[in-house]
Amino acid sequence: MSKHYQIVVVGGGPAGLAAAIKASQSAGVSVLLIEREARLGGILKQCIHDGFGVVRFGEKLSGPEYAERFIKQLAQTGVTVSLFSYVTRMRRGDKGFDITYVCKDGVQNVTCDKIILATGCRERTRNAIFINGDRCAGVYTAGAAQNLVNILGVMPGKRVVILGSGDIGLIMARRLTLEGAKVIGVYEAKPTPSGLTRNIHQCLHDFDIPLHLSSTVTRVFGTNRLESVEISKVDDKMRPIEGTQTTVECDCLVLAVGLIPENELARELGVPLDNRTKGAIVDQNCQTLADGVYACGNALHVNDLVDYVSESGETAGGAAVAESKRKLVPVTLQGKLLYAVPQRLDVNSDLSKVIMYFRASDELSQQRLTVSVGGKTAFTKVYNKLLPPEMERITLDLTGVDLTDGEVTVKLEDK
Amino acid sequence: MEMVCIVCPNGCRLDVERADGQIKVSGNKCKRGEIFAVTELTNPMRSVTSSVATTVAGYPVVSVKTDGEIPKGKIFDLINLLAQITLTQSVPSGTVVARDVFGTGVNVITTTDMEVTNE
Ligand SMILES: Cc1cc2nc3c(=O)[nH]c(=O)nc-3n(C[C@H](O)[C@H](O)[C@H](O)COP(=O)(O)OP(=O)(O)OC[C@H]3O[C@@H](n4cnc5c(N)ncnc54)[C@H](O)[C@@H]3O)c2cc1C
Repeated sequence: MSKHYQIVVVGGGPAGLAAAIKASQSAGVSVLLIEREARLGGILKQCIHDGFGVVRFGEKLSGPEYAERFIKQLAQTGVTVSLFSYVTRMRRGDKGFDITYVCKDGVQNVTCDKIILATGCRERTRNAIFINGDRCAGVYTAGAAQNLVNILGVMPGKRVVILGSGDIGLIMARRLTLEGAKVIGVYEAKPTPSGLTRNIHQCLHDFDIPLHLSSTVTRVFGTNRLESVEISKVDDKMRPIEGTQTTVECDCLVLAVGLIPENELARELGVPLDNRTKGAIVDQNCQTLADGVYACGNALHVNDLVDYVSESGETAGGAAVAESKRKLVPVTLQGKLLYAVPQRLDVNSDLSKVIMYFRASDELSQQRLTVSVGGKTAFTKVYNKLLPPEMERITLDLTGVDLTDGEVTVKLEDK
Repeated sequence: MEMVCIVCPNGCRLDVERADGQIKVSGNKCKRGEIFAVTELTNPMRSVTSSVATTVAGYPVVSVKTDGEIPKGKIFDLINLLAQITLTQSVPSGTVVARDVFGTGVNVITTTDMEVTNE
């Protein structure tokens, strides 16, 4: 007979760690944390730069240090941890859910009442962004390059072109420069950089690495190893402009072109996803539209600050131990919002501290965000500046607000 | 002149004015922004994160950081110094691998707990 747990957490990154710790704090709750890698910590293990934990600890920790705080805390709990374990299947069964994972002992089956998905995200690849050309070695995603340098101590190349000016691209530009590579330039298809201004400054300017905006890699050349890439200018619809091509010699192309929530398992469970976030649709407790399945961290939506990843893990872990009969109302978006999470509110659970994360769709100044219920304003805040790469967080107190037949809208408009 | 504070991910956009030997800073959300602007103009400092080699199984390299800031001009000297270091024993995070680098009083410490097996 397979072992039964009340809660199974999939993924041992910061989201899964926080979820498991929080869930285990309720007396008598049995929790299993499943992680496919050798160690806990998720992507933080390879994010050796600092800047983690400023919101939560008021300190600038490196990724591994941030993770260690939670790993130490987890060791004090009764949570069962299974490493080297890859969850391959999840199904609804007689006892809640049936979970299959592969580990050193072979294929294992467990059952559980609730599932918390904390599987993080995936990187977009060369195929995902349609770069044509030769199939040569030397093209890496930024995360793969980061893993090579920071965990395995191996350099991915000597002359490097980086595509994508998000934080990951910027951090890798500095890291590869420090380790002796020549970073020829960071290329960005958009007219504005995507990363934090702080990282443009300390990762590029400090090392005189050029940033080329409205430019992209359109072709790669190389027989065995990458030899050069073709760079084209792009128009305002990000289409390459004919006649602007130049060739840049390099032996390594690093793709830092975006992350997508990892949702293979969620799909298998029939969890409906949000087209905007590419993660699950959830209520304020991080519960998806499939009863008993929760999602948190980067599996839910791609976060820029790990502090909020941990926070959503705690929300999921705290809520998963409670029983609830839900009554969901939708949250509608208006104006220049890229997305907002949660996408639903459960009227039957606590509404006094609803945490909402949102991103603006463009670089905007002098904006007013309004949350209204049935036409009545429940929350409003003015922002001097909003940038899509910088996620915003608000806390709503909706106690006493009649949500039963009122539509909840979140609106972003000029002040 | 405009400047971006790099002390934390807030990245405050600072307005920095120099008038008769005085540096006036605005746009900072906290006191650290002002200190940053002044040192950035007089003697820019950076904390550095990197890695050092090890001979411990499962850890070809281990992550390290400076426990304070060093002059920006010393970054590559520090990287060259770290290239000389190889750890031969598994150590907990926070272990000093280089003490008082370039007489700055700053140490380089590990940031990954190697006590955890990695294989
Ligand atoms: C290069 C880079 C730089 C960053 N810089 C910063 C920064 O400066 N400051 C900051 O605050 N944040 C930063 N972040 C963001 C932060 O690191 C992430 O938001 C955070 O790590 C996400 O946590 P997570 O737990 O959701 O996912 P992850 O850390 O990705 O963890 C997911 C875990 O799930 C496991 N898993 C997935 N599928 C399965 C399965 N089927 N079975 C078993 N296990 C599975 C994975 O192995 C992994 O360990 C950065 C991220 C990156 C990539």
